[in-house]
Amino acid sequence: MKNYDIKKRKTLAENIKLFEIEAPLIAKNAKPGNFVILRIDDHGERIPVTITDSDVENGTITIVVQEVGKTTKKLGMLNEGDKILDVVGPLGRETEIKNYGTVVCIGGGVGIALIYPEIKAFKKAGNYVISIVGSRTKDLMIFEEEISKMSDEFYITTDDGTKGRKGFVSDVLKELIDDGKKIDIVMAVGPIIMMKVVADVTRPYGIKTIVSLNPIMIDGTGMCGGCRVQVGGNTMFACVDGPDFDAHQVDFDNLIARNKRFLEEEKVSLEGLKNG
Amino acid sequence: MADGKKKIPKLSYPMPQQDPKERIKNFDEVALGYDMEVAIKEAERCLQCKREEGKEICIDGCPVEIDIPAFIKCIREERMEDALNIIREKNNLPAICGRVCPQEQQCQKYCRLGKGKGRDPVSIGRLERFVVDYSVKKQSVDPLKKKDKKVAIIGSGPAGLTAAGDLAKLGYNVTIFEALHDTGGVLRYGIPEFRLPKSIVDREVEYIKKLGVNIETNVVVGKTIGMDELIDEYDAVFVGSGAGSPMFMNIPGENLNGIYSANEFLTRINLMKAYKFPEYDTPIKVGKVTAVIGGGNVAMDASRCALRAGAERSMIIYRRTEEEMPARKEEVEHAKEEGVEFHILTNPVRYIGDEKGNVKQIECIKMELGEPDESGRRRPVPIKGSEFLMDVDTVVVAIGNTPNPLIPDNTKGLKISKKGTIVVDDNGKTSIDKVYAGGDITTGAATVISAMGAGKKAARAIDKFLSS
Ligand SMILES: Cc1cc2nc3c(=O)[nH]c(=O)nc-3n(C[C@H](O)[C@H](O)[C@H](O)COP(=O)(O)OP(=O)(O)OC[C@H]3O[C@@H](n4cnc5c(N)ncnc54)[C@H](O)[C@@H]3O)c2cc1C
Ligand SMILES: Cc1cc2nc3c(=O)[nH]c(=O)nc-3n(C[C@H](O)[C@H](O)[C@H](O)COP(=O)(O)OP(=O)(O)OC[C@H]3O[C@@H](n4cnc5c(N)ncnc54)[C@H](O)[C@@H]3O)c2cc1C
Ligand code: SF4
Ligand code: SF4
Ligand code: FES
Repeated sequence: MKNYDIKKRKTLAENIKLFEIEAPLIAKNAKPGNFVILRIDDHGERIPVTITDSDVENGTITIVVQEVGKTTKKLGMLNEGDKILDVVGPLGRETEIKNYGTVVCIGGGVGIALIYPEIKAFKKAGNYVISIVGSRTKDLMIFEEEISKMSDEFYITTDDGTKGRKGFVSDVLKELIDDGKKIDIVMAVGPIIMMKVVADVTRPYGIKTIVSLNPIMIDGTGMCGGCRVQVGGNTMFACVDGPDFDAHQVDFDNLIARNKRFLEEEKVSLEGLKNG
Repeated sequence: MADGKKKIPKLSYPMPQQDPKERIKNFDEVALGYDMEVAIKEAERCLQCKREEGKEICIDGCPVEIDIPAFIKCIREERMEDALNIIREKNNLPAICGRVCPQEQQCQKYCRLGKGKGRDPVSIGRLERFVVDYSVKKQSVDPLKKKDKKVAIIGSGPAGLTAAGDLAKLGYNVTIFEALHDTGGVLRYGIPEFRLPKSIVDREVEYIKKLGVNIETNVVVGKTIGMDELIDEYDAVFVGSGAGSPMFMNIPGENLNGIYSANEFLTRINLMKAYKFPEYDTPIKVGKVTAVIGGGNVAMDASRCALRAGAERSMIIYRRTEEEMPARKEEVEHAKEEGVEFHILTNPVRYIGDEKGNVKQIECIKMELGEPDESGRRRPVPIKGSEFLMDVDTVVVAIGNTPNPLIPDNTKGLKISKKGTIVVDDNGKTSIDKVYAGGDITTGAATVISAMGAGKKAARAIDKFLSS
């Protein structure tokens, strides 16, 4: 039960890698919106990553990770056949999947891969799915084929215009709304600032908007309160009350500040890794 | 004492300690333990009382009913292995209890010797610790006769470990499921190294494993495996999932950077070894001035950790007076020796941050004691207009923990109290057949030894249930 072997590893874009990890119990119970917490080695930090797919038969889960700091870079150095010391999950509440009518799914950066399970599930539940995905530049675009296959409408944006439209995912969303498209729900996963802008776009129209928040976590079971976020004036623990929340109620500025609380230490860690 | 006339020293023999000035620079154990000579002297103070109707002795104060006079007698006779066996018969984790039990409220409070004027009770906890530390190398386990019944235990804190150990000794096939990557519950992530070295927790867990208990870490019951699956697959289930959900005061600014729950602060330091950052990857940040809100053991631990993690000043902010503090006296004394400042009759009302969202000040209000509340302690009342500001870099909120709702929320038919604890009868049985519970999940935050007592009781009840 305790062998979290890496069965497959694939580079999707610069600094973005996909892993299939052996974890039969997690695979069996994983639902869209769930995540795992993993620890690479005995000295390692516990970090949360979304389950983007699971294969019950083979007993594996798929994760897609962007290298941003020491732990994600160490993960990126692992190969097929290597083991991860600890993987626990599936954690968090699952995304509420049902037939809403028309759903807009928005993914930014590595968030494109993370919203893929929701796109699949919304489609399966009978929704009309509009997917909007955005990255900084063409080379960072991931999961294009998978998502386009599952979507009734599919839009790509890049910040520099090297692929799809030049601009942001929120621009496309705004246009759809302005064109009078009837949208029942919007779900957005990506950089906090992107989720904040999406919330600002839909707020005046009262379109229900769900975001998947990514605060710093430790245990992932509601024990430490490190992952707390402010939602509608209340303090919530994202690992057990979320990670999905009503975007119009989230205090994004607090989340942005809280995710920077260990910036200096993260730099020290990364330097340590570079210098061996 | 052989001649029965030798005078008994009034005071107990002190235990050597690390110098406070030195110890705040390290995470090594503060109390160093008796050696053989002193242990025998202390053991000789014992009156070897008999247990009889209407007369309470030490054993009556011990939640797991260790035969205290018997093991003390063995120490006098230097029969250490026998002493250990007597302790182990009742207590699966003695090295831990000897260190963190509130002995002065339990066994030692009932000690006949201590009833005399000016006389200390026998230092039972220190002797217990000595026996176990001394016998470390000689831990042998007799092969056990196996039964064909399986029991699942949720949580590897003191309640779960005790229930598992007792059931294994009775021959059951026992599996513990633990959510974290390591065992021990609060013993691992909460109580700091300098009070309870993790090597000791390891040792006690090894002993439980030697009894044949299988431990599966990284399994969150209710998530990784459903409660219903466990109920189907096992002949009985014991829930010892603790009271691990941190409370906050819900005052303005509480989500600023630099404000931790005690659980986060202590978990980073103990479980993740952030005090060894960057050798270990998990960071902790304390700055120059740390304020800890609360007056329990948890608050004392946090304030002392802050000093060791590099804070220049560490303060306790508590709304009542020292007399009402729920922390053990010894812990308050240790904190004071190390230079922790105490601000009593003081309560935070809001936190003020800088432009980056880091906490920089606490607005506090002075309190006075009014009428007694339900708990019998006098209720603290704010004094109007007494607000004042305190500069801080770090705040640790240590005002208590409530039961984690994961299991209650994910188990159909489980009866839960208003406080969120699992309701059990005198034998630890819940509203679901086959399911028992004990420890902090049934009582709310309490003590190691009471959690162990509950684990024992439930093990006995489970055995009865499975034998009938
Ligand atoms: C529920 C959840 C699901 C997530 N799923 C994924 C995923 O599927 N793929 C993926 O690549 N990332 C995911 N993340 C983010 C991921 O956990 C962080 O990128 C990771 O913890 C960074 O660790 P590090 O040591 O490499 O970097 P660090 O050096 O610790 O951090 C580098 C920078 O990353 C940011 N950061 C740190 N921790 C987090 C965090 N928890 N969330 C967001 N940003 C953070 C900060 O800005 C920080 O400055 C998820 C986060 C959460 C909470
Ligand atoms: C900082 C601190 C200092 C303390 N100091 C003292 C002291 O000096 N003396 C004293 O007597 N007491 C002390 N206590 C209290 C004492 O530690 C607790 O009362 C005791 O640990 C409770 O034991 P337990 O087994 O019920 O729960 P816990 O020790 O809380 O263990 C519960 C375990 O269950 C696991 N778990 C929870 N949910 C799940 C799930 N769904 N699936 C799988 N596993 C799960 C948790 O991860 C944890 O490991 C202290 C507490 C703290 C926090
Ligand atoms: S377990 Fe605790 S109460 Fe019992 S004898 Fe030991 S120290 Fe005393
Ligand atoms: S009550 Fe005190 S003196 Fe009497 S047997 Fe117990 S420890 Fe010894
Ligand atoms: S990560 Fe600890 S409470 Fe959410």
